[in-house]
This record gives sequence, structure tokens and C-alpha cells, in this order.
Amino acid sequence: MIVEGRAVVIPGDDVDTDVMYPGQYLNIDDPDAMKPYLFEGYDPSLRDQLGEDTIIVTGHNFGIGSSREHVAQAMKAWGVRAVVGASFARIFRRNCVNLGLPVLESPDAAAAARRGSRIRIDTDTGEVDVDGQRYETAPIPPLVGELQAAGGLVPWTARRAEER
Amino acid sequence: MVRCDVVMANDVSGPVAFRQMAKMGVDRVFDSSKVVMVADHFMPAKDARSAELQRRLKDWSDAQGVTFYGQGRGGIEHTLLCEEGWVVPGSVIAGGDSHTCTYGALGAFGSGLGSTDIAACLALGEFWQTVPATIQVEFTGEKRPFVTGKDLILAVLAEIGVGGGSRAVLEFVGDAAEALSVDERLAVSNMAVETGAETGIFPADDTTAEYLAGRTESPWQRERSDPDAAFARRLRIDLAQLPPLIALPHLPGNVVPVDEVVGTHVDQVYIGNCANGTITDLRQAAEMLGGRRVHRDCRAIVVPATQRIYREALREGLLDLFVEADVIVSTPTCGACFGGHMGVVGPGERAVATTNRNFKGRMGSTEAEVYLANAYVAAAAAVAGEIVAPAEVAP
Repeated sequence: MIVEGRAVVIPGDDVDTDVMYPGQYLNIDDPDAMKPYLFEGYDPSLRDQLGEDTIIVTGHNFGIGSSREHVAQAMKAWGVRAVVGASFARIFRRNCVNLGLPVLESPDAAAAARRGSRIRIDTDTGEVDVDGQRYETAPIPPLVGELQAAGGLVPWTARRAEER
Repeated sequence: MVRCDVVMANDVSGPVAFRQMAKMGVDRVFDSSKVVMVADHFMPAKDARSAELQRRLKDWSDAQGVTFYGQGRGGIEHTLLCEEGWVVPGSVIAGGDSHTCTYGALGAFGSGLGSTDIAACLALGEFWQTVPATIQVEFTGEKRPFVTGKDLILAVLAEIGVGGGSRAVLEFVGDAAEALSVDERLAVSNMAVETGAETGIFPADDTTAEYLAGRTESPWQRERSDPDAAFARRLRIDLAQLPPLIALPHLPGNVVPVDEVVGTHVDQVYIGNCANGTITDLRQAAEMLGGRRVHRDCRAIVVPATQRIYREALREGLLDLFVEADVIVSTPTCGACFGGHMGVVGPGERAVATTNRNFKGRMGSTEAEVYLANAYVAAAAAVAGEIVAPAEVAP
């Protein structure tokens, strides 16, 4: 699958999910209602850059801390198409995979991207183009590839539940 | 895929998981005897929306026939599930909360997961997992005064940082690990996730067996890494050299000895949470606060992690001692630890907490600071109104 869009850069390493979506707004379970609080503890003005063609770009170890899926769900609700980062914390990466949000690891691609950079991702080969320059991304385990191809854990589980 | 022995979620992760499970087209859980729901985050309800979430958590639990721990009947999920006998060595627990790694204190594989993962666990009793590496942490020697399990895991964080445990499981071994009580092991395993690790496990031993006696009928086995196991990394931490530690804002890996920051003013002390709200922590705090008063420029909250701990503290006279010292005693709740309610901090304020995260805004305002330390250090700070070596305050 080819995913194209424009970069919204979240600068810094070890950015946690608390600043991405503060705890006081966790009593919300509707993804659309989560949208106004995304980035609230980090830089609320980042929301102004979000659109239907957004590809989030992050530094190292992005998404540490809480398992709150509100971060990835709110990103999806805003129309975010993919996340490209230098590296990711375990649960945030899982949440993206599970929600069918392509999540790719490439320190070079992440370092090259600027606000508004044109990004093109081939999820089958794992290649990421940033403003025309091609970068390789870390290989993903076969199971994760399978989940990605299925569109995430929801359709994947639905199919397996039906088979049982 | 990994089979779950227990699937747990709370008033924050549960309702989001129920929506996802419905989208999976599954209307019954895989095994109602293996599912536990705990209302603990915004409990007691901070507002109408939180009350509604807790109502939905209970209604869903009742409809599915699964165990539900609600207001007045439970407490903070991780301490509670250990206490109630849901966790045995060698079991796999999928939890809709990142601190599910706490169950490693009892030799279980506790995996902290997001809500869609939990939805799949509720539906099919399985989660996907790649095989992690192992980092072995050996604790040796005898603890110095006022050093607790909290300092052991802070020492690990000081060594490997908030990313050092990525793609690995931490295994805690050594004579000093074996000498720890279950309460202190809970504190250690709890913050394994702060290193980025999948989980953090103590091999089960006699201490584990003693703790589990009378709590569970479930069979279990003693597991530990093979003698020829390959480790991605080995750390050795000598407790003879370890002073009380403290994590400075805004990362749990910013760890220094308490001595380096003495004299720092403190506005609020918070003793509680799934890491350090055990009866052991409350006793440690009481040692500092007995016959004393919280400094007039500081305020203090003690949050027993569960109803049982609350009651035990009541029986031992600890709650009376705290109230006498001008501390407020909260009902069990995740509360202000995650900035939810029940004692959040304001702009420009500084908290010392026995909790596990000090990210920006974690306990309320993004302009507040949170320092993480053990219950002796926190309680001593409450008395002094500033960070102080516990030995200075000790009777």
C-alpha cells in the first residue's frame, strides 16, 4: 500500500503519552471527542497543522509511558495517515499497529523530515521517501506485517472470531 | 499468539475496549471466569462523565458475568489483583494499563496493553507478541537504612534510562532480590515499563509462596531463567553502595541521590499508587510522620492502594497517626498520580510522590514538577517542607 502525505513534526526524544493526551481527559471513550485534547500537554498549536493528509514524524522512543490508546485513536480521528519515527515505545507502537495506522521506524527519514515535507510510504517494501529522498525503515516481524495488511487488529480478530 | 490466564481493564481502558470488541463483531468474552474489571482511575467519580463510565463498566461486567471491583470493594487494580489471588507465578496477564508489569513481582508475565489489544484478548483470549530478549538485573548486598524497593528500580533506571529495556524483559535476581518482601517487589516490577521493557519478573520463591498461601487455589510452578540462558545485558547493583534516590522532572530516568537535591522546596507530598501504596509504604511513611506535623508550607496525601490496605492501616492506627500529622487520607484511587483528580498540583508547584511517572503535567499542571522517591523520602519531605535525607527526620 502507498501512503502519501505531509509531515507534522513532533520534535524531541522520549516524548510521553501523558503530554500527548493528558490524564484529565481520559474519561472520554469516543474517538471524535478525543480530538480536541491531542497534543494538549505538549504543544496544542500542533493541532492546527493536522489534516486528512497528515503523516506524524517523531524522534526516538516516542510514546513512552501510559498505554492510553487515546493518543493513537485521536491521531486516527484527525485523519493521520501514518507515523514515521526514529524509534517507538512498545505500547504506542502496538496501538498504531492494532488500529491499522502504519508505523515505521527510520532515524534518517525522521531526521530529514521538516514541517510540511512531502512523505511517501510504501508499506509493502518499508521504503519512505521524504521530499524525494528515499530511506529504508526497520524490518517488521511477519505477524505485524500480517496485521498491517489486514487493516489492523479489529478486522484481523473479526475474521478469526468468525472462523471459530 | 500468547494465551491469557487473566484479562483486566479499568474505567479508562475498558469502555474504549468494549467499543473495539463490538467492532470485532464479538459479543461474549472468551471466558468469563478469566476477566476482571476494576473501577479505579476516576474513582470515586470525579464528574458525571466519569460516573457514567464506571456505570458502563459495571453494566458490561454484569452482562458478561465477569468479576467487577467497584467503589468500596477493590482499589488500585495491580495491587488489588495480587491481593485477591488473580496472579500466580508463570501465568500470563493481559492488562489494559501499562503498569500491568507489576505482576512480575509474583513471577507472572504481566503485559500492559492498549484497548484494542484488550478487546482482542476479551474476544479470543490471546495477544500477539514477538519474543523479547532478557536483561538480567542482579541485586546484591544489604540495603542501607531508608532504602526500599523503589530505590532499586530507580537505580536500574539510572543505569539504563527510559529506553534501555526496549524489546526486553527484565529479570530480577540475586540475594538482595530474594530478600525483598512482595510489597517491595511490587515497587520494583511496577516501574519496569519505565525502562521501556515488556515486563519485569522476579523468579517465584518461598516469599512468593508465603504470600500466595490462602489467596489462591490455582496451581503454579517456580520458574526462572535457564542456567545457560542468553542475556542481552546483565546489570549488577550493589545495595551496600546505594543511597535513597530520587527521579527529577520530567523523566523517570533522571535519577540522582536524594542528597544532591536537599533543600528543594516541596508543595505537596503524595504517598500512594500502584507502585507504592502498600501497607509497607504506609508503615514507612508513619515512621517519619509519627508525632510530627506536615510543614505549614506543604500538604500531604496518603492513598492506601486497596480497601484491604486501608483497613489494615486503620487497624494499626496509621490513619489516625496520619490525620494527627495533618495528612489527608484518601480512599484507594489512581487519583492524582495520573493527574485525574483527588489532589492534582497547580502551576509552579512541586510534588514529591511515591508514584511512577514524573512527565510534564503528569499530576496536573504542565507547569508543575514531580519528583519520584520512596515513602521515607516523601514523608520526610512533608515534615521538612523540603527535600531532606530521611535520616534527618527519623526519630
